[in-house]
Amino acid sequence: MSLLELNGIEKRFGSVEALRGVTLSVEAGSVVGLVGDNGAGKSTLMKTITGIYQPDGGAIRFDGQEVTADTPGHIRSIGIEMIYQDLALAPQQDVASNIFLGREPTKTLFGFIPGLIDRPKIVAEAERMLQRLGARVPSVLSPVGVLSGGQQQSVAIARALTFGPKLVIMDEPTAALAVREVDHVLDLIRELKRQGIAVILISHRLTDVFAVSDRIVALRQGQIIADEVTAETSMNQVVSHIVGS
Amino acid sequence: MTTAPDAAPKPRQNRFYFRIESLVVLVVLCIVMTLLSPFFLSTSNILNILLATATIGVLAIGATYVIASAGLDLSLGSVLGLSAVFGAFLVDRLGLPWPFGIVGALFAGFAAGYVNGQLITRLRIPAFIVTLGMLGIARGLALVISSGQAIYGLPSELVYLGQGRPFGIPMPVIIFFLVAVVTHYILAHTKYGKHTLVIGDNEQAARATGIQVERHRRSLYAFSGLMAGIAGLIFMTRVNAGDPTAGLNYELTAITAAIIGGTNLFGGRGSIFGTMIGALIMGVLQNGLNLMAVQSYYQQMAIGAVLIFAVWLDQFNRKVATR
Repeated sequence: MSLLELNGIEKRFGSVEALRGVTLSVEAGSVVGLVGDNGAGKSTLMKTITGIYQPDGGAIRFDGQEVTADTPGHIRSIGIEMIYQDLALAPQQDVASNIFLGREPTKTLFGFIPGLIDRPKIVAEAERMLQRLGARVPSVLSPVGVLSGGQQQSVAIARALTFGPKLVIMDEPTAALAVREVDHVLDLIRELKRQGIAVILISHRLTDVFAVSDRIVALRQGQIIADEVTAETSMNQVVSHIVGS
Repeated sequence: MTTAPDAAPKPRQNRFYFRIESLVVLVVLCIVMTLLSPFFLSTSNILNILLATATIGVLAIGATYVIASAGLDLSLGSVLGLSAVFGAFLVDRLGLPWPFGIVGALFAGFAAGYVNGQLITRLRIPAFIVTLGMLGIARGLALVISSGQAIYGLPSELVYLGQGRPFGIPMPVIIFFLVAVVTHYILAHTKYGKHTLVIGDNEQAARATGIQVERHRRSLYAFSGLMAGIAGLIFMTRVNAGDPTAGLNYELTAITAAIIGGTNLFGGRGSIFGTMIGALIMGVLQNGLNLMAVQSYYQQMAIGAVLIFAVWLDQFNRKVATR
């Protein structure tokens, strides 16, 4: 049984049919490259999985559980993390707070006042996580807004990996990065695969997709038009799927 | 990749999360007032300042939460008036026991804020418009309930809340202090407070990480209304009447206090400790102008000017910071 199963997912925005019956499965520990032109429906599909959008038709199962039209909070809690293209960080909050956003561990003050955010724990764990990722971030107490693009990317990745996900969705994770940083992200994807974590990689950079994926899925006008094993396809073939010639 | 963090200066961690400049302004203002008036530093005058600050301060707490979430509540002053009238109406006109004065004032404030939150998040009407509308509705309702005249004569238990002085400290100051401590704790140290700031900072990020943005927003406006209810209770018991004109234009002072205390007008940053300093700055300013016998019309102008100046300073700082 697959880790993630999408069955006939449909999504409309007014008269625009963004997704027209998308069926797709992702095995545990596999890397799926999702490619397609701008407006093909890649981001919409992912946001439908993570609960930001509610599908108009079809069903989503994750780990044997029905999760169609679930809330973003619950989707995260069952092990699906997404790294958004715009990173979805809160610029005025510090690095540690951003990594634990929405999942702050709490403790009790004086033994009876509940709900206190456990700051020392957040700071220590954030530092540990960034170190494990080999990320260069000046301090976990810096506001995220003052960091460079690559550093912000590290924070977004650290947030996705801190709570032991089973599936990580990355939307253009290498688009804004320097070459050296790109290699780092690709290494990280291989490392996730080794740990048995599935990855869906959305990218315009086909070389990146070919470098790390097991399968490549091409989306055009809200429909899947190709689903091929990476080793058995070619760059030219994938490009022709994307542009539809 | 190396794991060693770059050698960069550790950012200053401020335990109370406020802007140090506002504290400097408060101290300088106090020194100037002391030099200008021999009465300024007397115990009775300081208690006077705190007493005057209590009402504004509680309102400013509501303003801080809402503004920190990138919202706005313009109805604070009017809801204060409605709360004061409603509490007085229940005990004086309907003859209910005195605890209904407290419950009624708090309920009226909470209810007005609850309606604000519902309209803003369910019907998606901008907060600016909804709370501006509520400013008119609440004031009008206060005038209707009271037939346009102050409702005098509250039971002594209620009056104690406004005029009692346990250990020589006015009750409103004690209420203000307790409310400030609790709300500071919530904003600075709990998930609820953190999520309030995150919603103001980047709503999309808040949503993506599973924070229930609309529900949180609703609760913030209800909270803000509750603060106006507490302020209304203080006002009502202090003057021993439900005055339908109570709190007129107070939203101006409350929002100013929140902004000069360091709340980011566009959301994402704010602390109750900072707002307390902001409220004290407003209190000292008004008190000083009173001591120097400046007409109240000019005081109103001064508050408005301070608000504009504080926002300009904030913009200016940000421009320098991002340069």
